[in-house]
Amino acid sequence: MTGAGIDVKNLVKQYPGQRALDGVSLTIDPGSYTVILGPSGSGKTTLLAILGGFVEPTSGKVTVDGQDVTSVAPSRRPTTTVFQDYALFPHMTVGQNVGFGLEMQRVGKKDRMSQVSEALEMVGLAHTKDRHIADLSGGQRQRIALARALIVKPRVLLLDEPLGALDVKLRRHMQDELTRIHDTVGTTFVHVTHDQEEAMSLADTIVIVRDGRVDDIGSPEQVYLNPISAFSAQFMGDSNLIEGTITDDGNAADTAWGRVGVSTPGNPHDSVTVSIRPEHIEMGATGPGNLGEWIVAESHFLGQRYRVIARRDNQEILVSLPQSSSVQQGQSVLLGVAPEMARIVKGDLS
Amino acid sequence: MINRRSWQGWVLVGPALLVTLVLFAAPMVMVILTSLYRRTGGTTNRTLSLDNYLRLATDATIHQALLNSLEVVGLTVIFSTLVAYPLAYIIAFRVPAKWQALVLLLTVVPFWTSYVVRSYSWLLVLAKNGVINQTLQSWNLIGEPLTLANTRFATVLAFVHFFVMVSTLTIYASLRQIPRNLPLAARDLGASPFYVFARVTLPLSIPGVTVGAFLTFVLAIGDYITPQIVGGGNELLLPQLLMLQVSRRGDFPLAAAMALVLLVIVAAVYAVSAKNLTLERKR
Amino acid sequence: MKLLRGSISWIYALLVFGFILMPVASLVVFSFQATNLPLPPFTGPSLRWYEELFADSGMVEALRNSLVVGVVSAFFSTALGFLSAYGLARYRPAGARAIRAAIMTPLGVSYLVIGFGLAITANELALGRSLVLVTLGHIIINLPLAFAILLSQMRDEDETLEKAARDLGANEWVVITRIAIPVVVPGLLAAFLLSFTLSWDEFLIAFFLADFDVTLPIEIWSQLRTGLDAKTNAAGTLVFAISVVALTLAYVLNRAVQQRSRRA
Repeated sequence: MTGAGIDVKNLVKQYPGQRALDGVSLTIDPGSYTVILGPSGSGKTTLLAILGGFVEPTSGKVTVDGQDVTSVAPSRRPTTTVFQDYALFPHMTVGQNVGFGLEMQRVGKKDRMSQVSEALEMVGLAHTKDRHIADLSGGQRQRIALARALIVKPRVLLLDEPLGALDVKLRRHMQDELTRIHDTVGTTFVHVTHDQEEAMSLADTIVIVRDGRVDDIGSPEQVYLNPISAFSAQFMGDSNLIEGTITDDGNAADTAWGRVGVSTPGNPHDSVTVSIRPEHIEMGATGPGNLGEWIVAESHFLGQRYRVIARRDNQEILVSLPQSSSVQQGQSVLLGVAPEMARIVKGDLS
Repeated sequence: MINRRSWQGWVLVGPALLVTLVLFAAPMVMVILTSLYRRTGGTTNRTLSLDNYLRLATDATIHQALLNSLEVVGLTVIFSTLVAYPLAYIIAFRVPAKWQALVLLLTVVPFWTSYVVRSYSWLLVLAKNGVINQTLQSWNLIGEPLTLANTRFATVLAFVHFFVMVSTLTIYASLRQIPRNLPLAARDLGASPFYVFARVTLPLSIPGVTVGAFLTFVLAIGDYITPQIVGGGNELLLPQLLMLQVSRRGDFPLAAAMALVLLVIVAAVYAVSAKNLTLERKR
Repeated sequence: MKLLRGSISWIYALLVFGFILMPVASLVVFSFQATNLPLPPFTGPSLRWYEELFADSGMVEALRNSLVVGVVSAFFSTALGFLSAYGLARYRPAGARAIRAAIMTPLGVSYLVIGFGLAITANELALGRSLVLVTLGHIIINLPLAFAILLSQMRDEDETLEKAARDLGANEWVVITRIAIPVVVPGLLAAFLLSFTLSWDEFLIAFFLADFDVTLPIEIWSQLRTGLDAKTNAAGTLVFAISVVALTLAYVLNRAVQQRSRRA
């Protein structure tokens, strides 16, 4: 079964007093694992609800594999949703829950039971068929919800913050499971979350939403290394943001910290915002990208790296230094940006 | 999608509304209408008039009945509250938590017997040769048996017996809603147990008292059985008067007018106490 | 001081409970009276009055009528209460507050007035008097309670369960019968049993609306007016026993259902 492609055109959702979606357009590739990432209130849950058919948009169109499904009820869409609280039917057994969708399709009991067993095996819970939901742990319930949604072979699987209720270790494990299942099954996965680490670990495409609009879209590498906006630069990890002016040759920007080479040429003399990731700043650099001397104000050893905050006059810079650098508080360091690692981003520092 | 289904909501709610309309609203309209008819010469005169209300306003018997009802119900409310409050307090704060539900259940037990039979039981307990008189006589506390049955005392006693249950439940619920740390905070600030009760516990339990009193009032004022059986029908209360019009005189219009008076009294009491009639915690 | 306070509490509680339970105790004890009057001294134990009770065809028929009226009216009150609570909670129709107020209004009206109103309406419509009317009367007094109980059972989380069912292809009928109803079974049981208990012992409305086929409270009432004997104690004790059974059943079933569908 291959996944369907989704096309969203100009979705608007207006609630009294609040515009949840303000003209969202995007294309989701068939079979992809797309993560819709954003802070709370960004509209990501509304977007998913519209894709699933639980909410009707004020205007705009949703097509799945070319078919307009904007007004189609959830039961008749080729999508299935895994809800945030799993929504497992408490009065039914695991087997009855998982088989429910097939029951609705009038699949015969024997056929249904064998498919249920298969589905449970795929999520690694083969022997729980007759157990009651109340007896299962959070992680188990999550997998049952997944099995229940996948057994009906949807073209698109929608996941609403599915890992939010799990603890960190379990979350990591489930992320691996989700990837494995996605690769096995081939359905298009659309997964909503506010956790950027989760997004990067699972997605082949990340869609960043903010205030009801799409802010940035691309693979994890693209979105992380080439953020379009200041917002997405700061949301996808730590980032230093500073204002600067493009130089005459367009290849660098002059900032209050020094001159830094930019990854893509800009218009000479333009006022821009520049984003520099902490891990792209090195110690002891001289020459191009040199930022001069700074005093280490805070140094936290995080195991793999040092997270350092350095200050100069009233400026502050966030740096991620290698384990071997052994930086101490009060130390004076020479910092520099690796060539062409600064990015010009849209938006301002607010 | 939600709004589109609003009409489906009406379909689901429809049957209940229809039933309420047919079995409640229509009869109430009939009562109002009937109260504007008159019973003359054995038949019902359907020209609208306010005669019945005039009678209610001027007839001394009716005034007396109204007064009697208010007095009896008033006494009932006062005594049930007085008896119920300490009981509710004891259950809420002195009984171990896991037994509280069971103890509450015990207070509700009289409710499970037949109302009619229970009323007759009281009659027997209070009769000249009933349990109380026999016991008092055998202990030589009295010479002649006391007249207890078929009196206002009996009616109030039987009422209180039943309504203590109602008030105990509501006051208990109210007491349990008081956050545990409020009395502790008061003690911490130097208040004696008496002050803690008077200034913290009691005021915060007033909603429970009010709800219980209101329920008692509404249920008691329309109660026909207890005054009839236990009180012997000796004292004319509103329900008695109404039933008299219906069964002996066949004067439905007058009875309808009385029914409306009853409704108005209850509505008035509700209006007065409405803002206190919730057991939800005030923030 | 504390000891005194403690013992005062216990004495008070004992006195009040004595007061509350005494009539019930004497009712039950004297139902086993051997002689005629249910008054001290106790001359039993004897099953004489229970035999007379079950031999009394009037009583037995009234008992049966009460059971039928109770079950039928409780069923309809519960069903209507469920539908309207579900409709209100899930679909949020326009005018929800007015609807809720309308359904709850009968609670504020004395049974005396409701019974009277139904009686004169039936009179106008020449419907006479019958057990059917009594059943209708009991439906209207219990509907608000069933509605209130079930409305309080409709939680928002359960709406997600219904969404999931629809997502998996269920139509509205399946959603209601396979998902919505099973989830509120404790509430349905509570509403049904409460309605039954209230109908079973209800006198006034039945008195207004019944003719020759009477319910148990009315039969007891008429028999008592002609003479007092311990048979009514037996009847009262029987009513008590049935109520205890019904309520115990409610508790046990409720626990069982909740065990099965426990949430996290």
